[in-house]
Amino acid sequence: MLDGLQEILFTLRQNKLRTLLTAFGVFWGIFMLILLLGAGRGMQNGIWQDFGSEVLDFVIVWTGDTSVPYKGMGVGRQIKLDDSDIEAVKQQVRGIRVISGESNLGTGRISYGTKNADSQIAGIPDDYFRIKEDVPFNFGRKTNPLDTDENRKVVVLGKAVADRLFATGEEAVGKEIRVKDVVMKVVGIFYDKGNRGRNSERVLMPQSTYRQVFGGGPRTDNIWLRPEKGVDPFELEKQVLEVIKRRHDVAPEDKRGVNSFNMAMPAQSVNALFIGITIFIWFVGLGTLTAGIVGISNIMIITVKERTKEIGVRKALGATPFSIVSTLLLESTLVTGIAGYIGLVCGVGLLELVSFGLRKAGVTLPYFLNPEVDFQVAITAILLLVGVGVLAGLAPAVRAARITPIEAMRAE
Amino acid sequence: MIKLHDIHKYYRSGDQPLHVLKGVDLHIREGELVSIMGSSGSGKSTLLNILGVLDSFDQGTYLLADRQVGNLSETEAARLRNQFIGFVFQSFNLLPFKNAAENVALPLYYQGVSRKERNYRAEQFLDQVGLSDRKTFMPNQLSGGQKQRVAIARALVAGPKVILADEPTGALDSKTTKEIMALLKDIHSRGNTIVVVTHEQDVAAQTDRQIILRDGQVANSLEPLQQARA
Repeated sequence: MLDGLQEILFTLRQNKLRTLLTAFGVFWGIFMLILLLGAGRGMQNGIWQDFGSEVLDFVIVWTGDTSVPYKGMGVGRQIKLDDSDIEAVKQQVRGIRVISGESNLGTGRISYGTKNADSQIAGIPDDYFRIKEDVPFNFGRKTNPLDTDENRKVVVLGKAVADRLFATGEEAVGKEIRVKDVVMKVVGIFYDKGNRGRNSERVLMPQSTYRQVFGGGPRTDNIWLRPEKGVDPFELEKQVLEVIKRRHDVAPEDKRGVNSFNMAMPAQSVNALFIGITIFIWFVGLGTLTAGIVGISNIMIITVKERTKEIGVRKALGATPFSIVSTLLLESTLVTGIAGYIGLVCGVGLLELVSFGLRKAGVTLPYFLNPEVDFQVAITAILLLVGVGVLAGLAPAVRAARITPIEAMRAE
Repeated sequence: MIKLHDIHKYYRSGDQPLHVLKGVDLHIREGELVSIMGSSGSGKSTLLNILGVLDSFDQGTYLLADRQVGNLSETEAARLRNQFIGFVFQSFNLLPFKNAAENVALPLYYQGVSRKERNYRAEQFLDQVGLSDRKTFMPNQLSGGQKQRVAIARALVAGPKVILADEPTGALDSKTTKEIMALLKDIHSRGNTIVVVTHEQDVAAQTDRQIILRDGQVANSLEPLQQARA
């Protein structure tokens, strides 16, 4: 094996420029493929970032004033949701993974010492955090069932609120703040990127505490849902709306009385866009790589032609067809492998450099974030390279193995 | 060592097959130095290729060192060549990018001999052909005679049963021809079987026996004494 390798390196050294140019074809193919895939991923990351910290399968339902007369009732009737709606939906609609209410107080004054902030105040049940499961809690914890059961006066603050109330570096968790003049203890800080960061301008407390302190009874302003795996989110949304509209005598076509938003809709179109982009990238990348393969294949054909006499002499001296084929295959695989690997490393290196540069300079490009390449993609690329090397060398190698020694030695 | 019986060889030439060897019978004993002569088109190169297992034959039997040769796969043929036959070509057929020692060592590479052992044996055989001071020379730095000496060392290095030389002096001047023939005779004197294909009477005259091919058949096989009388 080592001897074979030395033989090959020796041959490659004989045609340095040719080897270099051929290798460059493959290097460029892989380099471009990696860059394109990285840029595609950067775009994907950028677009997903716009989705904030939301899970991609939630449905939210809220109510307003009716806009369609129904069952003898006029327009402008205010529809209000409460816990019985949640119970009814739970009972009547199948395929719900999580359901949670949310009571909103609107904007209220939050104070800590001499510092004040006006922010949205909401009461949430424990299941709310199963809807917002991707929202990171950088400090402290979420509210929990014990807080709910004991009506504890605890809150979790959005990062924007915490930044306004507490000095940089000051520990917020464990401190007591005033929420509309009610003293409550901070137990956690979350950072919700959704709504361009505005979702972090909120203060959340257990729904039981909220109701005890601010009243409102079983009223709930929004209903959040997530479907079980395999359940069509659009069908689920439709059924939930039907149940609520039926309970509140709202016309089926009334979109203002009971309204909803389904995250699956934008997620679906963005996913379709990404699939399209990924297919396009692989198409272009593989096209470039194919040009490299054709280059190597061509060079190998020329090499075989040039070395026909040498192959004949080797055969006369005892080289078996297998040793001829394996030497040529190893040669093409070696050139593709090394050139491609360098292309892979350079491509990943450049992506990392761009990513690092953007982070360091604090530049945020619209719809572009962290260009990167998956480990899986890198492995695919390496396997592709070995395959490509074998493929490029196969036809010329088989051709070389078929030449008889006499024919070969006669060649000039 | 070599026994050919009723060997026929056809080549395809247009619609008609060309009958090149028409029942060749030949027996070469171990340790013989034999020459094969014949005019152009007599079939001597085809015969040499068959003897060297470089080409197949269509009919007949061939025994090489008591081994049946015929219907061999390309791999079997390659192994047989490597173990039993050493070739010396008119145009030397040295690999231009390998030095003298590396060229000599090549048959050993295909036997799977280690690099160290290959180098040692290659140098030994270069010493035997009088090129101990040219081991690292590239073929283009060697004269015609020196190239042929390297080729002879390469033919000997794997310890073959028989050495086949195809016009070994065809590309050499008369002085070098004498030197190369002297070398071949020296090798022969050490017990090697050598078959030389030549069209030069002077060269053939130095062999134990001349085999003359005419029109695809062995016309006659003369011992030296008979040659002198003839």
